[in-house]
Amino acid sequence: MEKELRLMKGNEAIAEAAIRVGADAYFGYPITPQSEVIEYLMSEKPYERTGMVVLQAESEVAAINMIYGAAACGRMSMTSSSSPGISLKQEGISYIAGAELPCLILNVVRGGPGLGTIQPSQSDYFQSTKGGGHGDYRLIVLAPASVQEMYDFVELGFDLAFKYRNPVMIQSDGIIGQMMEKVEIGEQKQRRSPEEIIKQCPWATTGKPESRERNIITSLDLVAAKQEEFNLKLIKKYEEVKEKEVRYELINCDDAEYIIVAYGSSSRLSMKAMDILRAKGIKVGILRLITLFPFPTKIIAELTERVKGFLAVEMSAGQMVEDVRLAVQFKKPVEHFGRLGGVIPSPEEIVEALEQKIIGG
Amino acid sequence: MTEEIIIAGFGGQGVLSMGKILTYSGLMQGQEVSWMPSYGPEMRGGTSNVTAIISDERISSPILTQYDTAIILNQQSMDKFESMVKKGGTLLYDPNGITRHPERTDINIYKVEATKIATEMGNAKVFNMVVLGAYLKIKPIVKMENVVKGLKKSIPARNHKLLPLNEEAIGKGMNALEKA
Repeated sequence: MEKELRLMKGNEAIAEAAIRVGADAYFGYPITPQSEVIEYLMSEKPYERTGMVVLQAESEVAAINMIYGAAACGRMSMTSSSSPGISLKQEGISYIAGAELPCLILNVVRGGPGLGTIQPSQSDYFQSTKGGGHGDYRLIVLAPASVQEMYDFVELGFDLAFKYRNPVMIQSDGIIGQMMEKVEIGEQKQRRSPEEIIKQCPWATTGKPESRERNIITSLDLVAAKQEEFNLKLIKKYEEVKEKEVRYELINCDDAEYIIVAYGSSSRLSMKAMDILRAKGIKVGILRLITLFPFPTKIIAELTERVKGFLAVEMSAGQMVEDVRLAVQFKKPVEHFGRLGGVIPSPEEIVEALEQKIIGG
Repeated sequence: MTEEIIIAGFGGQGVLSMGKILTYSGLMQGQEVSWMPSYGPEMRGGTSNVTAIISDERISSPILTQYDTAIILNQQSMDKFESMVKKGGTLLYDPNGITRHPERTDINIYKVEATKIATEMGNAKVFNMVVLGAYLKIKPIVKMENVVKGLKKSIPARNHKLLPLNEEAIGKGMNALEKA
């Protein structure tokens, strides 16, 4: 069969992917720069195509709690927002992580703090990877760098969410959300039948049969020792995720003397900077993070043995750079470059930063 | 081949859709493409621009500070983008409403009276297709058959009756190109 290619915005691609992978529900509330997600879903009417529910909730808080309910029933559900809206969802995200439920959350990041700006930013790295809500929990965090990855990471995200019974976040930004690129569209998958959901999710509240005890979905345990036991179980799960699910891309790293570490749109800007630097004879490679959690600590440790330094490029005041430094263990110089508040760094500025902070530094 | 283009003008001139049709045409002939609009507060102030890239290779940055070609459709955009054309690059503009004409001598400058032509055709909406025609005359990076396919993909089906008019506008733009 010939592949179907379309020119789509990142926000539209993720919405189409949700329909195509057979998601059961989307609950959301509009906010720039990701309103095209719900706009596209409403115009495509997936409730007529596959039976998928699309609902504009009364608020972000309502939307994430609708996700909590749908996920408790074993349904594949997704929500999306941008930074201030994601902050509002944090209580619900913590509860979902605490109840060990699968769901997909998209954050199309804009400049902050507060209402900030509507332009692209990556300043929600800490919130995504270190736990934006309360309690010892982690999200699996995917960072798409193209519209195709916006599409592909929906299926990957749901797979990981159900495999580990954990919320998965796709951390994108205003560039990837708003830009159009070529997207290869996958085939329409059938939504799972109620029987298939019961089989795949024996923990879900799908109606109590005679054959088992009631399934209870909760994040509350008043007995400290039992809560600790649960916390240890979560830690074990996150260790397994760290062991098995690290994803990254190495670009021109074989002969590289300097490494730019970047993700999402910053990695795209850095690729242009790399071309400029390589034309000058400076051997630069890029480590592009695909998972922000789990973080690719091992490959950075390996690269540390053979390169002269690292530049962390991110549109933040310096968040991911802390994880790079932890991985490098002060064995080589690690510097940060970024623009803030929705300002996009130019490839030329990245070139200058590497030359001044790492090569000249 | 990589062609990095900025198209800039007022909101409503069809800047974004012209970029979309051009990139869709590239997609139709198997190339890599990207289309990145301005969506910030400047858009809400009336100006609009889009960075369109067509390439045979994987596209790195969708946002640039230097362009192979600038297609400029108002004075504000002339002031902002004339200096950002690469040396030896191309600047195409519609002189309508331009009070300060481009001054650089190290780039190739072209004009197209697109506003005038679109008015003569009796449909101001085909303005952007006249400009697209002029651009394709300078840089025939996409084949006309693929432009037609790109048009079909970009325009909602209910407006497909307007395809011949758009093709006519592209043809008029090709014929009206002037070297400045």
